Amino acid sequence: MEQLKKKFHLGKTNREKIFTFGIVLLFFAVIEILRGTGNLSNLLKGQLVPICAYVVMALSLNLTVGILGELSLGHAGFVSVGAFTGIVTATLLKPVVPQTWLVLLISIVAGGLTAGIIGFLIGIPVLRLRGDYLAIVTLAFGEIVKSLITNLYIGVDAKGLHFSFINDNLNLLEGGKKIIAGPMGASGFPKISTFLAGILLILFVLYFLYRLLGSKMGRAIKAMRDNSIAAEAVGIHLTRFKLTAFTMSAFIAGMAGTLFALNFASLSATKFNVDMSILLLVFVVLGGLGNLRGSIIAAGVLTVLPEMLRSLRDYRMLAYSIVLIAIMLLTNNQRLMQWWTQTKKDAKKWFAKIRKAKDGGEA
Amino acid sequence: MSFLSHLINGISLGSIYAIIALGYTMVYGIAKMLNFAHGDVIMVGAYVCFFALNSFGLPPAVGIPLAMLVCTALGMLIERLAYKPLRAAPSLSVLITAIGVSYFLQNGAQLIWSTNPRVFPSVFENAAVNLFNGQLTISINTIVTIAACVVIMVGLTLFTGKTKMGKAMRACSEDKDAAILMGINVNRTISVTFAIGSALAAIAGVLLCSAYPLLKPTTGSMPGIKAFTAAVFGGIGSIPGAFLGGILLGIIEIFAKAYISTELSDAIVFLVLILVLLIKPTGLLGKKTVVKV
Repeated sequence: MEQLKKKFHLGKTNREKIFTFGIVLLFFAVIEILRGTGNLSNLLKGQLVPICAYVVMALSLNLTVGILGELSLGHAGFVSVGAFTGIVTATLLKPVVPQTWLVLLISIVAGGLTAGIIGFLIGIPVLRLRGDYLAIVTLAFGEIVKSLITNLYIGVDAKGLHFSFINDNLNLLEGGKKIIAGPMGASGFPKISTFLAGILLILFVLYFLYRLLGSKMGRAIKAMRDNSIAAEAVGIHLTRFKLTAFTMSAFIAGMAGTLFALNFASLSATKFNVDMSILLLVFVVLGGLGNLRGSIIAAGVLTVLPEMLRSLRDYRMLAYSIVLIAIMLLTNNQRLMQWWTQTKKDAKKWFAKIRKAKDGGEA
Repeated sequence: MSFLSHLINGISLGSIYAIIALGYTMVYGIAKMLNFAHGDVIMVGAYVCFFALNSFGLPPAVGIPLAMLVCTALGMLIERLAYKPLRAAPSLSVLITAIGVSYFLQNGAQLIWSTNPRVFPSVFENAAVNLFNGQLTISINTIVTIAACVVIMVGLTLFTGKTKMGKAMRACSEDKDAAILMGINVNRTISVTFAIGSALAAIAGVLLCSAYPLLKPTTGSMPGIKAFTAAVFGGIGSIPGAFLGGILLGIIEIFAKAYISTELSDAIVFLVLILVLLIKPTGLLGKKTVVKV
């Protein structure tokens, strides 16, 4: 028995990881059971894929803000790039590839890759900036992406893809199809995202991030966040690791963008504005910087919360803002936090006492 | 002539950005926080002035000071309730709180004043000055906006340079602990900074709505973000920097609209910002900070 226990004994980090994966799987199971028994409200049904997409976006932003330690206010820009690349890819592949899941998979990878490449190109010059200056530049990047995609026209016909900018000069042949129509946004693309795909994407990203955190590179990135000068002094190549983490974060955001986009019937670039970037930042900060499980829970709860608050009607966004401020004030209240740690300590002592008494009784 | 006219329009828009940016930069200089709710204080100021003028029939000479008074009180209240308890908290928590306050103001305004846009009455005479035989027309509104910005700029420079409170502000932004040791009441100084910034926001709100007379609960957010950009552009924390950044941003925006493309003007403004920051990473007039080990 003892031997068996030792064999399956898991370290603290491993237990944490399994717990996090467990939460995602549990969520999946609960939703599937609810769906099977017909207890799932239509409101929640429509929210399932967006929840998954937001969770992945939050995880990706956590890599930039929490693990790399650089504030980004333009993450929606990467999501947007991924979303529209995914839309174009899916529209092109749909008639050629019969398997829907394969279309979705290729679109997600394409969305991720494009966003990753953009992230890499943007990262080279931008990551030299520090703190609030980096934040404002990322904000500017998000606005530029929004503005560019709002003026972009993409169409497809027998001759292939057609691009045009600002004015609609696509001149499509007969039977051609407009995929992105400037300010009108994209429409008529296949709606193929599924809840299962969302859950699988979350699990994949989680696995990827945990592997990254445990690797040499992950430790280097964290060292850089905690003290960049010390990290440089022990031989960590700052720019290279920063750029790698930033590119990976953009890649994940792009994948989430495709998942998000292919859940709707139409989508315009104005959806991916500063408010969305800020919303993602709220998920990450409320969940805890660098805490992957926190990001998942915060993104899930805060996506559903405005819907739950629907009974408050007009007051719901007001209530949401008050909840936000209250959480920040309470979690930063030193006296409250002291009381909480003390209570936790007391509870632990109390449990230990009970266990001791029980053991004593048995002996 | 059209070039000159665009230039004057640009300076006028830039003056509004500069007044808003001053509020951002002063608060940043002292409290080291990005006050995301600043743009929404502008909106509240504009609404107060709107109702004073429209519903109560007060003259602008009463309406504008009233808006300033309400915004000052609002700014100090926000600081006291939401930001002061977080003085020792990590900067990201303060940022999220500021975002929360911004949502609160926007949604509160939506509840009280509804989302229907309102047409702001003209505060100033609708007259215009004609120059060069009528080839160049400058509206009174434009002149007042530019004049207000210059007056505020000169006033603030004198205030921070000559008065006791102004010196206390500069001391706090340089080194808070040393300021405490010198007997400066840091909490009161921060409170006064918020008060001044919010009063300026009210003026900016009135000027903004006189130039673009459509008032909605979200009126303040985009100018707020642009002014924030202007503050960073000029070097955040620096008062002349905010002035310069605001004016330049306004000129770039109007020129981009006039000569390149209306649709892409925002993208061009932000692109210029990125380029400037890449060449001068702390903004045009920002101080370079050296990290000591």
